[in-house]
Amino acid sequence: MAQKRVLMKGNEVIAEAAIRAGCRNYFGYPITPQTEVMHYMAKKMVQVGGNFVQAESEVAAINMVYGAAAAGFRVMTSSSSPGISLKQEGISYIAGAELPAVVVNIVRAGPGLGGIQPAQGDYFQATKGGGHGDYRNIVIAPASVQELYELVVEAFNLADKYRMTCMIVGDGTLGQMMEPVAFRDEEPIVNVEKPWAACGRKGDSFHHTVTSIYIDPDVLEKKNLELQDKYKIVEANEVRYEAINMEDAEIVITAFATCSRICRNVIRQAAELGIKVGMIRPITLWPFPYKAISEAADMSSVKAFLDVELNAGQMIEDVRLGANGKKPVYFHGRLGGNLPMQKEILDKIVAIHEGKITEGGNF
Amino acid sequence: MAVVFEPTKGLTDKPFHYCPGCCHGIIHRLVAETLVANDALETAVGVASVGCTYNSYEYIACDMVQAAHGRAPAVATGIKRNLKDSFVFTYQGDGDLASIGTAEIVHAAARSENITVIFVNNAVYGMTSGQMAPTTLVGQVTTTSPWGRDPSYQGYPINVSEFLSNLAGAAYIERVCVTDFKNIQNAKRAIQKAFNVQKNKLGFSLVEVLSTCPTNWGKDPLVAMEWLKENMEKQYPLGCYKGADITFDADGKYVSGAIPATANNCVNVGEVKK
Ligand SMILES: Cc1ncc(C[n+]2csc(CCOP(=O)(O)OP(=O)(O)O)c2C)c(N)n1
Ligand code: SF4
Ligand SMILES: [Mg+2]
Repeated sequence: MAQKRVLMKGNEVIAEAAIRAGCRNYFGYPITPQTEVMHYMAKKMVQVGGNFVQAESEVAAINMVYGAAAAGFRVMTSSSSPGISLKQEGISYIAGAELPAVVVNIVRAGPGLGGIQPAQGDYFQATKGGGHGDYRNIVIAPASVQELYELVVEAFNLADKYRMTCMIVGDGTLGQMMEPVAFRDEEPIVNVEKPWAACGRKGDSFHHTVTSIYIDPDVLEKKNLELQDKYKIVEANEVRYEAINMEDAEIVITAFATCSRICRNVIRQAAELGIKVGMIRPITLWPFPYKAISEAADMSSVKAFLDVELNAGQMIEDVRLGANGKKPVYFHGRLGGNLPMQKEILDKIVAIHEGKITEGGNF
Repeated sequence: MAVVFEPTKGLTDKPFHYCPGCCHGIIHRLVAETLVANDALETAVGVASVGCTYNSYEYIACDMVQAAHGRAPAVATGIKRNLKDSFVFTYQGDGDLASIGTAEIVHAAARSENITVIFVNNAVYGMTSGQMAPTTLVGQVTTTSPWGRDPSYQGYPINVSEFLSNLAGAAYIERVCVTDFKNIQNAKRAIQKAFNVQKNKLGFSLVEVLSTCPTNWGKDPLVAMEWLKENMEKQYPLGCYKGADITFDADGKYVSGAIPATANNCVNVGEVKK
């Protein structure tokens, strides 16, 4: 396949990938550090004959997403942490009504207005619910601009396939960084029928209704059980992660997205000191690669895990669930929009290797 | 024998759950009849909101989408931008539209979204048992204004039709009621006009229907109708607030009258000139 490589910003690649994936609807509200997604869409989406609306708020934007998705069209919105908080009501409705939607969160540091520097403090919000009710989103965390492109395209397929929100979680670094991207000539778009869509009866003997309200508890329980069954299928089929240098690893780093890129370099530096470090990088944060963690914990060479995050320790809870007490899990995190230096992580690895620190860990 | 009356195909067979004397049933019927009269049942998409009519999607026989509280105009925007030739409408109460959904309604009108809003103003939150709404009259007793709405404490009612008509994007806004045959016919005319406005891609249209809530007003249905005429109409005078001079020919084709600039500039409202 002929591939042309172009140098592009992560945020712009998100927009370009969506358009390539056949998305013709973008609704958003400005916020740093995802602004370029919107700028790109404002021009490009209109040029390809799609819909671009600068909404009055993130609340309105996600409800425009809800409307377009309900009518059966591919649709995306993007925002950053404070805006994603506002979208949670809509995301819950999208889950309840089983609509396909792609939501991008270029995470910034919180809580509150926080700061605009990269962070991973929205892990809990993205993977454990965020809005009200028992629901899940597929949560994908790309680590490079190329991966961003491929996974955004994939996100539309997954959203359509499972009729649920597929959330891309990035951060300011990923959104702002420029890297070469090789675009495919043709995207692997999987078109699915949407017989449920409310786009006019057009001769059907019944009218299509898109709703998330079920007043009868028995009916609602059944609806919820159906959702849970669907989520089980997603858990069984859609777990993605990258295992790096895991053979004979003594210490296993767990890290995702931008943070994993810093850790990747540390692996080499540790090797120079004679410490075998591997890494498990979850690509889907939900469904989470528990099995990969569990299998790593079973490896006789593995002494410990070191979870590195740009937060106070959120994914570590899933790593602990995976490790299930079989091996200790240490932590290294930075907050407020700061990134860890490679040296900080290396020092921690050495300390773990020499048995000099206790489980859990500091910042 | 000639058929003089039959149920409209625009409504499903499901019995309404509305209280006796509630105007929602009449207004549903008018919307449904308009869909049928314009041959739009097969293509239209309606947006139900949150209030007593949360499940109007079970009654109105076109495709329907249920929206979160106050967000129906945004949901309708997402639908209409994709289905530019289908009739897209929202059905919203006064709590939904004039309180939690103020941003969405104002901006849908400002963008001149080519949608139609059926705005049912009964001066209370009906579904949640009669709390004060933004539209509650001064002095009106509700469950959250137990001594009557006192402006010094609870502020003043919002006149939605009046304030939205100030927006350049609003093409047609009219306030009606359904208290008697004459007014019901007039309401039907207004809904048809809104339909024509949308069909001709003239932009945002809204029909405000003053409505009773006998249950939460604590009045019997007929007394409630009288109370509406005597009290609500003083605060909310009936009439056309925007687009009064817009006219259509017998086929519903736009003939004359002032319309938003968007409608002049774009063949298709919602399309950008590149
Ligand atoms: C976000 C949110 N807040 C509150 C509610 C509870 N609620 C349901 S209906 C309603 C009021 C509806 O009043 P109105 O729009 O006037 O409709 P009516 O019932 O009078 O026709 C409220 C507050 C809700 N469903 N969602
Ligand atoms: S509570 Fe009021 S608005 Fe709701 S159905 Fe009864 S009368 Fe109608
Ligand atoms: Mg009301």
